[in-house]
Amino acid sequence: MATTYEIIDSITLGSDQASVTFSAIPATFTDLKVVFSTRTNRANAIDGLGFYFNGDTTAARYTSKVLIGNGSSALSNSANPSNDEGIFTTGDGSTANTFGNSEIYIPNYAGSNQKSSSIDSVGEYNATTVRMNIAGTLYNQTTAISSITFIPITGTTILTNSTFYLYGISNA
Amino acid sequence: MTTKLIVDCSTGITTEVELTAEEIAEREAMAAEYAVQKAQEEAEAAAKAEAKAQLLDRLGITEEEAQLLLS
Repeated sequence: MATTYEIIDSITLGSDQASVTFSAIPATFTDLKVVFSTRTNRANAIDGLGFYFNGDTTAARYTSKVLIGNGSSALSNSANPSNDEGIFTTGDGSTANTFGNSEIYIPNYAGSNQKSSSIDSVGEYNATTVRMNIAGTLYNQTTAISSITFIPITGTTILTNSTFYLYGISNA
Repeated sequence: MTTKLIVDCSTGITTEVELTAEEIAEREAMAAEYAVQKAQEEAEAAAKAEAKAQLLDRLGITEEEAQLLLS
């Protein structure tokens, strides 16, 4: 039976980093999935993570619709995954040693269509509240995705011991 | 020294690169823009909540009673 779910690469941060990039992603899979556990240096319980493809930080090329819940209320809004809270994570003002957990699924990443993706994320406090979201995003460029970069939104670094796993999914 | 991490999936090699002055300025500008945007959103939400509370007060009904009227 063919392997349909394969790890491409992974990283555990040994020091704080301003951004994390997976580059030279092979175009040999059908879909991509990134699973990450992160904490930023923002002095708050919560922070956002932004991401962009192929080194393209042009905000107008990214859109996102986000459903957010915090345990007591819910809301929906529009966001920009390249520079807004498309992904929730844990800030350094939260309970020690807690990390936010997130996934991004990117179907048909090597095709010639515009690139959609879906996200689910939670900023974990290990306390009385939590913030989580699910989001659908669009990157309106048709170039195959060969790199993905993650950046903290309000904080300036992603903290040591954060982890990132990049998987390739094949349909056969 | 602020660095960024690049994982080359073709070689498995991870490289730590120092940010350029331009990259630092870009990140600071993005963070500042986001902070302004969030402050505006929070101010708008607070103003809306205040206006809603004042209206309910003028009408002399609770929020639950207002929801009942609209159901």
